[in-house]
This record gives sequence, C-alpha cells and structure tokens, in this order.
Amino acid sequence: MLNDITLGQYFPGNSPLHKMDPRIKILLTVLFVVSLFLVSDPLFLIAPVIFIGILYLIARIPVRFLLKSLKPLIPILIFTTVLNLFFLPGDVTLFSFWVIQISDKGLLNAILVLIRIVCLIAGSSLLTYTTSPIALTDGIERLLSPLGKLKFPVHDLAMMMSIALRFIPTLIEETEKIMSAQKARGADMETGSLVQRAKALVPILIPLLVSAFRRAEELALAMECRCYRGGEGRTRMKQLKLHLRDLWGSLITVILCGGMIALGFLL
Amino acid sequence: MYAIEAQNLTYTYGIKTPFEKTAIRDVSVQIPAGEFVGVIGHTGSGKSTLIQHINGLLRPTSGKLLLNGKDIWENPKEIRKVRFSAGLVFQYPEHQLFETTVYKDIAFGPTNMGLSEEEVRLRVEEAAEFTGISSALMDQSPFELSGGQKRRVAIAGVIAMRPEVLILDEPTAGLDPRGRDKILDRLRRYHQAQKNTVLLVSHSMEDVAEYCTSALVMNRGTLFAYDTVENVFCRTEELEQMGLAIPAITQVFHRLAAAGIPVSRNVFTMDAAKQALSAALEGRGRNA
Repeated sequence: MLNDITLGQYFPGNSPLHKMDPRIKILLTVLFVVSLFLVSDPLFLIAPVIFIGILYLIARIPVRFLLKSLKPLIPILIFTTVLNLFFLPGDVTLFSFWVIQISDKGLLNAILVLIRIVCLIAGSSLLTYTTSPIALTDGIERLLSPLGKLKFPVHDLAMMMSIALRFIPTLIEETEKIMSAQKARGADMETGSLVQRAKALVPILIPLLVSAFRRAEELALAMECRCYRGGEGRTRMKQLKLHLRDLWGSLITVILCGGMIALGFLL
Repeated sequence: MYAIEAQNLTYTYGIKTPFEKTAIRDVSVQIPAGEFVGVIGHTGSGKSTLIQHINGLLRPTSGKLLLNGKDIWENPKEIRKVRFSAGLVFQYPEHQLFETTVYKDIAFGPTNMGLSEEEVRLRVEEAAEFTGISSALMDQSPFELSGGQKRRVAIAGVIAMRPEVLILDEPTAGLDPRGRDKILDRLRRYHQAQKNTVLLVSHSMEDVAEYCTSALVMNRGTLFAYDTVENVFCRTEELEQMGLAIPAITQVFHRLAAAGIPVSRNVFTMDAAKQALSAALEGRGRNA
C-alpha cells in the first residue's frame, strides 16, 4: 500500500535528462506547467502530450511509473471530468438523458482539464524521476540564492527540504515495520468502522512520531559533530555548470511553450 | 505432526517491478514442537522473510506453511488468529511501544484477542514475570525505561498472547552483554516452563550453541540445513564458506586438535569446553 507513494522518488538513470542541470530543469518545468494553463484549446495540448511522451522515452522511465504517480489522482480526475462534462452549459447539446446534459463546451472543457492535469503530473514527476533529491534541493537553493540578500534563509530552507526528502523513504520503511509489528500483536487496521480504524492508527502513529524525533535528534547531533553551522562560508564539492545539453533542452522547451502560449493568446 | 512445517515455500518481493527479487526459494522444513531453534544465516539470506511467513505477515508466492499440520492460508480471513498462535518479535521491538503505561502496552496483544479483563491481567502478569519486569514498572510510561527494559516489555507484549510458537528476530541486537544474557536466560526459562516452540534468529553462534536445541541455516534464500546444533556446527567448512563463523570456542578446539592435543573438535559451549579440557588434562596426568 505504502509502496504506491512515488512522489519525490528518484529513478536512477544515465540519460541526457538525468544529466541536465537541475536549475534549468526546475525552470523549464515551471515554464511547461504555466504554459499548460495558458492554452484553452485541447488541440494545442497535443504537442505537449507528445513532448512529454518523448521525454519519458529519452529518460527511459517505464510507463508503469507514470501510471503509478497518477493513481492517487484518479478520484480528482474523475471528479473534475464529471463536473465539467455534465454541468457546464454550452451552445449545443450533444447528448441528454434525464437530468444529464452534455454540451459541446462541457466535453471540450472536460478533455482540456483532463489532459492538463495528466500533463502537469507527468511533467513534474519527470523532474523528480530524473533529478536526485540532493540535486533538486541544490538547484532550488541556487535559484533562490538572490533572495539571500534580503536576509531570507535560503540555505536553511534548502537543507530542511533535502532532509525532509531524504527521510520520506526512511519513514515509509519505518511505518511498514511498525505496522507489521502491531499486526503481529493482533492490531486490526483493515476492518471496522471509521472511528475504529482511526483508533487503530494510534499504535502506529505514536511509535512513528517517537522514532521521527529520535532520528531528528541523532541527525542533529551527527551534523554538529561534523561542525555543521549553517550555510555561511560553505563551499560545494559539486559545482553546478551549464552544458550544451542544457542549452538544447532549454531551446526546445522554450520554443514549444512559447508557441503554445502565443497560440493561446492569438486564438 | 510438526509445530511448523514449510512445504516448498517461495517468496518473491516486488513482483512485476524492476526491484523483483526472490527472497526465499523452495524452502521445505519440518520443526517438531518443543524445539528451541536457532535461525542463522548471513544478512539477506532470507531469515526474516522466512519467519514472517510463519505468522502470516507474508503470504507465500508459492508453497505452503503449516502450523500444527494446518495450512495457515486455508482461510485468509482467519489469519489474525494465526498471528496469535505464532507470536513474532521483530528486531528492535522497543520501537513498537506506544501505550501510556507498561501494563497497557503488554496488554495490547491479549486485548486484541478479545479476552476478558481478568484473563488479560493474568496473562500480562505472567508475561511480566517471564521477562523479569517488576510490578513497580507496570504503571510507568514505557518511554521512561532503559533500552533493555523497553525491549523486555516489548517481548512480554508478545509472550502475553501465549503463542504456541514464539519467534524472535535478533532480540539481543544492540544490547550490552548483561542485557543480552538477561533476555536469553529469561527466554530459556520461558521455553522450559512453557514447553512451546521458540525460534531465535541470531548472528551469534555462541548464543545458538549455548541456548538452542537445533539450528536452521539459511543461505542465499535456500535452506542449507536444519538439524541439531552439534550436527550443524560439525559442517564447519561449509559454514565458513557461507561467511558464517563457528563459535570462537570451537575454533580454539579445532586448533588444539590440529596441534595434536587429544580433544574433541565438537565443543560448542564454555561448559563443554571446561569438561573436555579437564578430561584431556586428566588423561595426560595418567599417562605421565
């Protein structure tokens, strides 16, 4: 059950997408997501769908992984599609039965929103699949570093983020262990009323919290032992450098997104 | 009829993912009731996977697991009952403590069994007695105890369910020698008093030699041997090839025998070593 959580999960690889500069990847992802929402005609969404498909092929990430990251969103997808499909009044009614009416606008909008959300998730998942958490926070830190001049604690924020990301799999593993241990003592989490199930979470959540605090304390101690004292005067072992592939990647994405946005405004 | 019987047990993790891995393959073993079994094997040899099958936390990919001659997956809805009759103590069990008092935490298992309050109290006290938890500790928070005490409370929480089979995954990991001896001695006493089957996963060959009646050796997901402790430790060379050391005292006796001193090579515990040495010395005195 818990294995379904793929958000923030890195899929190691050696493709040009993996090797791209995380800063560029973050910026391009943002651009891509924004341009998705500036397009109002589903026809113009064909290009980004193909684009994302090609990128997944280049990154060699199995489709199964993409489907997995979409799975938790299925209820939302169904909800928005149904709302748009049945309750958006339009000029032409395509289908009507009892209280249900499907208009041309409703159908178009439903398709539009569906493709938008799928592309949104696929695009942002691609970022986390091809970028290790460390590279990701590194990129964020560098992108936000101008804010440091305004006394914004950029380094601290980035460190907190990388620690949080780092501990997601650890805590998932821990949760599974605790669940097994309590199941072995006869804890019943699968049956019973809602209140009973909520109560059954207590034997899992308390040990989990305790262990999270214990880990945090140990980590803080270990960091202090290695003389960690924040970002001031800290240099990096791995310097981020831009390569030719970053230029090409940016160029292609900017042209695609620029085209989408331009068409969205023109039409 | 055997307490635990595995028939061609195979388990694969993460089927149809890139992380697919067969953890145990075609394991068949029959463990009679009343044994104190030491489960040994290298890290990743499938020990933990095997023991999680015994109380139905994992469902075999193929093969069967029988408890007292009954297939535990015959009726999947009844699997909770299986978990009560085969108690499993995980590694670092103190991480599972959650209640406000020691008493309540030990009572969690028996309460889940749906027993009366009276019966629960009886079992909690019995389990506390076995694990050496004084009644003064009962009303304290489990989080205030020492590491060794916490672990004994967690073990008591499983013993309180009165399982027919008790399985412990490295119950002494990370404890000091005194805490370790205390837990193992308590377990031995528990085993002798209850006459039930105990499985002890351990990395310490000394502990297995000292406490167990038989040993089960896993190697790379398959069963290497299930036999008496003596018979298993006799296969020194094979064990060493697997990266498993034999008890240090046995190594000493192998060297002694190699040096021409007339001692048996099959000495596994300190007591046996004392006897063997004094016998050898006596023989020497007589010869002189």
